[in-house]
Amino acid sequence: MTAAAARPASVPPLPSGGPVEIVPGVHWIGAFDPGLRSFDTLMKTANGTSYNAYAVRGSAGVAVIDTVHADHAEAFFARLEAVARYDEITQIVLNHLEPDHSGALPELLRRAPQAEIRLSPRGLPILRALLRDAFEAARILPVTTGAEADLGGRRLRFLTTPNVHWPDTQCSYLVEEGILFTCDLLGSHYCDERLFDDRVGDFRFAMDHYFDRLMRPFRSFVTQALDLIEPLELSVIAPSHGPVLRTDPRGYLGRYRRLAGPRSAPGPDRTLAILYISAHGATARLAQAIRDGAAGEPGVRVSLFDLEGGELHPFLDLIEEVDGIALGTPTINGDAVRAIWELLAMLVDIETRGKLGAAFGSYGWSGEAVRQVEARLQGLKMRLPEPGLKVKLNPAEEDLEEARAFGRRLAAHLTGRAPPREVDLADLASR
Amino acid sequence: MEKATLTFTDVAITVNVPPGSRIIEMSEKVGSGITYGCREGECGTCVTHILEGSEHLSDPSALELRVLSENMAGKDDRLACQCRVLSGAVKVRPG
Repeated sequence: MTAAAARPASVPPLPSGGPVEIVPGVHWIGAFDPGLRSFDTLMKTANGTSYNAYAVRGSAGVAVIDTVHADHAEAFFARLEAVARYDEITQIVLNHLEPDHSGALPELLRRAPQAEIRLSPRGLPILRALLRDAFEAARILPVTTGAEADLGGRRLRFLTTPNVHWPDTQCSYLVEEGILFTCDLLGSHYCDERLFDDRVGDFRFAMDHYFDRLMRPFRSFVTQALDLIEPLELSVIAPSHGPVLRTDPRGYLGRYRRLAGPRSAPGPDRTLAILYISAHGATARLAQAIRDGAAGEPGVRVSLFDLEGGELHPFLDLIEEVDGIALGTPTINGDAVRAIWELLAMLVDIETRGKLGAAFGSYGWSGEAVRQVEARLQGLKMRLPEPGLKVKLNPAEEDLEEARAFGRRLAAHLTGRAPPREVDLADLASR
Repeated sequence: MEKATLTFTDVAITVNVPPGSRIIEMSEKVGSGITYGCREGECGTCVTHILEGSEHLSDPSALELRVLSENMAGKDDRLACQCRVLSGAVKVRPG
């Protein structure tokens, strides 16, 4: 989705131009948006973006692959009309349904109602919401990996590649030409009317930044998508934003493979990072005791960090790689402290699903912070096998022993040695 | 009253639950990675893999079947926000 960002008055519109031939019978029919400065509220776009859509002609009809943001529909339809009549359109492929790709869809369907819509099954609920009353009348064919659409002498083969970066995302492969239409995957927010990677300016930074902001939270899904894509014969990668990649397409896959992979080879041990902030030293003492307990368990490598001693952003790299985190915060004014909230807000930028999480902290009056942190970790789809540890004021020796036991239990969950427990529902009420 | 148990393998805990309990209500309490989304059986966020005891769960509604299908869920997957544990022992993990 595209935020309605303020557009600098100094940015002139690009010449409207016509469709751009990629190979005979395959055209770029998208739109340039050089004035966009904020995309999806997620990232800045210093020279705008493009919304790439494509038309593929076969002997039996024309396929339109994705559309553009509604604000740019006029340019899209003008380019489409330059390469095809509406009654020739037999297929509309929706590789992804965010508004910057589906904005012109309702009008396209009004002009080409005969066209069959091909999309991932996961796109159906979004298409239902987008088309509303027109959904039932539309000719909709959900497709999964291996399904093909015959255009007459040319086939589009579909690859289900979910969560790069929405559940509905898929790729479409023009078999005879070796052109892969990847929608957001392998895209860049980079606007240059010269379009092809060998003609535009230096967009490498933009491609890496795009991965970091849009794809990084879905690294494992990117890896699964690459597993499907890499065996294909590729002549061109045609994403939905930024340059069309026709120079060494496999090199771009290698770049994505490196970006989506671990930063360093995982060691044999499971890893636990304990990160805390402490007002008067009490939460710090708990953190140290949890570290001591966890570190005493075999097969677990434990790290301890005071968040006041470092900038927050590098901790994202750490948390992305570890198997579990324990976050310590005092309760101040009935709340977790700002640095913890800032770190928790940043965690949306990495893949956290399935990691172990835990919270702990000292408090003076009410101690809400631990539960608040737990709720956020659950929202990040982490597993929290141990209820948070709270201690009023300074921890006594028995509190520190409980913290060490807490650490040992977290370590046991990480190594799979935690003994199974059975509880009654009433026992859970205090969580 | 008939007994029912619900085991969450990702947090190694079994809960003795009242028959009729929804999985999502228990998963949040035990800290399982089976988490919520819309809670209305529409988004598919809470797809849950049933390891044992699927016969002890309530039958899927037409809505749940549609959402499972659209999410390309496996035959042993259910929506934690929709299905209820009716009796017996059920074992689950995040889908």
